[in-house]
Amino acid sequence: MLKEIWDYRQMIISLVRKDLRGRYKGSVLGFLWTFVNPLFQLIIYTVVFTYLLPSGIDKYYLFLFVALIPWIFFSSAVVGGSTSILSQKDLVKKIYFPREVLPISYVTSCFVNMLFCFIIVFAVVLISKTSVHPLGIVYLPVVMIVEYFLALGIAMITSAITVYFRDFEHILGIITMAWMYLTPVLYPQTLYDNLPKQIKFCAEHINPMTSIISAYRRILYDGSVPDMSTLLEATVLGAIFIVLGFLIFGRLKKHFAEEL
Amino acid sequence: MAENSIVIKNVTKQFKVYFDKGQSFKERIIFKNRNRHEDRVVLNDISLTIEKGQAVGLIGHNGCGKSTLLKLMTRILYPDKGSIEVQGRVSSLIELGAGFHPDMSGRENIYTNASIFGLSKKEIDRRLDDIIAFSELEEFIDNPVRTYSSGMYMRLAFSVAINVDADVLLIDEILAVGDANFQAKCFAKLQEIKSKGTTIVIVSHSLDQIEAFCDRSVWINDGKIVADGVPREIHLDYMDYMAGLRNEQQKKDKAREKKNEEKKAEEEAEKKEESKRWGNGDAKITDVKVLDGDGNEKTVFHVGDAIKVRIAYKVNKKVEDGVFGIGIFRNDGVFCYGTNTRIDRIERFDIIEDGVLEIEMPKADLLPGKYLVDLAIECGRGIPVDYYKEACVFETYSKRGDSGIARIDQKWHMPDNIKNS
Repeated sequence: MLKEIWDYRQMIISLVRKDLRGRYKGSVLGFLWTFVNPLFQLIIYTVVFTYLLPSGIDKYYLFLFVALIPWIFFSSAVVGGSTSILSQKDLVKKIYFPREVLPISYVTSCFVNMLFCFIIVFAVVLISKTSVHPLGIVYLPVVMIVEYFLALGIAMITSAITVYFRDFEHILGIITMAWMYLTPVLYPQTLYDNLPKQIKFCAEHINPMTSIISAYRRILYDGSVPDMSTLLEATVLGAIFIVLGFLIFGRLKKHFAEEL
Repeated sequence: MAENSIVIKNVTKQFKVYFDKGQSFKERIIFKNRNRHEDRVVLNDISLTIEKGQAVGLIGHNGCGKSTLLKLMTRILYPDKGSIEVQGRVSSLIELGAGFHPDMSGRENIYTNASIFGLSKKEIDRRLDDIIAFSELEEFIDNPVRTYSSGMYMRLAFSVAINVDADVLLIDEILAVGDANFQAKCFAKLQEIKSKGTTIVIVSHSLDQIEAFCDRSVWINDGKIVADGVPREIHLDYMDYMAGLRNEQQKKDKAREKKNEEKKAEEEAEKKEESKRWGNGDAKITDVKVLDGDGNEKTVFHVGDAIKVRIAYKVNKKVEDGVFGIGIFRNDGVFCYGTNTRIDRIERFDIIEDGVLEIEMPKADLLPGKYLVDLAIECGRGIPVDYYKEACVFETYSKRGDSGIARIDQKWHMPDNIKNS
């Protein structure tokens, strides 16, 4: 099956290109919208947490930004990815291709979007005069790839379920909102200590995004190297989800054409 | 022994047909009975083996399951029971122009579209010139596809699909692309592909296309394979079967019409009849039936079959020097044939008592179409007693493609210096 997906790599490339090119076609700012959205989110959160609810964190804008961009990638891949099969129903009903291609293309195009956004992240890091550990830069792609596989695994599950159960797309919107607040995006991980014990354990060890976000922050905000144990935990969780994603998707995909 | 390209073993496929499907969570919970459905068996324990390089046509009436079978072969659908094995790369001409983006150029769309068939960039590069040449769109290839006419669009889409170089090509009712020239070209291309050893499966309602192209025809009816063999032979049976279906349908229609008519005011019915009938009323045609050679009631005939028209009449007043006549019109008004008892030199007779008359046409060579029959009783020199316009109708169908009004048998005496190619 993996070989078959490899045979269809050109289709993935075509779909990603079509998605990136088509997304802002016809709008005045065009591709710049890729940057405008996260920039405004950054400004809003920075104003809130610097003036209204002061967090007392040094360089809060940087603290937030290096976590927010990876989070936006993750949530848009999972929520948007859930409709990746549904939105291509004409293709699915009429033509054979490995169905995995659709969520893979969607998540990949979100991922490419994140890579573009990292141009700004690096610019902000430079402006803030944070010194990044050279070894940290080596680890950065590893963290990104782990996050990519994690997002892909979950998007495969959500896309397959949404075909059979259309409400899932909207339910996911609520889940990811809660998920964001349970992940140390807006606040440091140390605040987990305020949580009740059971929830704290879940947030720290079951939530795969916790270790990924803290790894990004270690590299780009603290200017050091990610914790090996954190990185390992993230990798294991990412691997579990990607395997689970392919298994569940493989079971559900056989009836896609009938359900659409 | 030849290699097998497609092996279908005991495949059963059924669909859930929902009466009113609840798509969302709320609907599923609140309206539990909305999820009522019935299982409709579309394919019932079908087995079929297709050898490499064979061209097979699938025929059957609408909803018989032939398109479902094709979709199972492409793996868009999966069987509930049984297995399907297809060797090699499959290309399907089921949906043309999949993934076309109107704002992108023809060239870019070739890449997108071909990639959906599983071609790599290198493979597409190699075929690009062939695809463009085949589509005859060289001048327009860098224009956005939204500027194309629908014919150009289909030509481009077809060119991509047919240049995939698949091992198995599945075609669903699409040989109606572009103008006559382009169609001829597509057909030639398909012949070429076939001669290269590609296995081809076609679903079509055009029996002529299948006959011209396929070595084998498979007739599917109600989810079962009814017949499998040489197209020409299978198609004859198939056409007979379809004619039978139509006969039944028309009987039903007739029954329904009768019911409706009963409901109508009698006056109205009579009025309508009157405009179609005239004459002095001394005798009246009371019943008209169209029968086949064996005397069974029928309305659809094969060209050349025997047709009998049975007329029952009653006599109110003696008709001296009577004449029975018949006229056959095609439903577009063309007068095809007419005669009467005087023309046919039946000895002079008077019509005194009620009776039943049969007109037998042992070899009705009227070419496919719908025909209306006028019947008449006259007396003396053309005084109408009862002229009954459109007294009955029948239809004909044929396997041969000859055209015109009636078949005139012919022989071709070819010159000696012509050689068979």
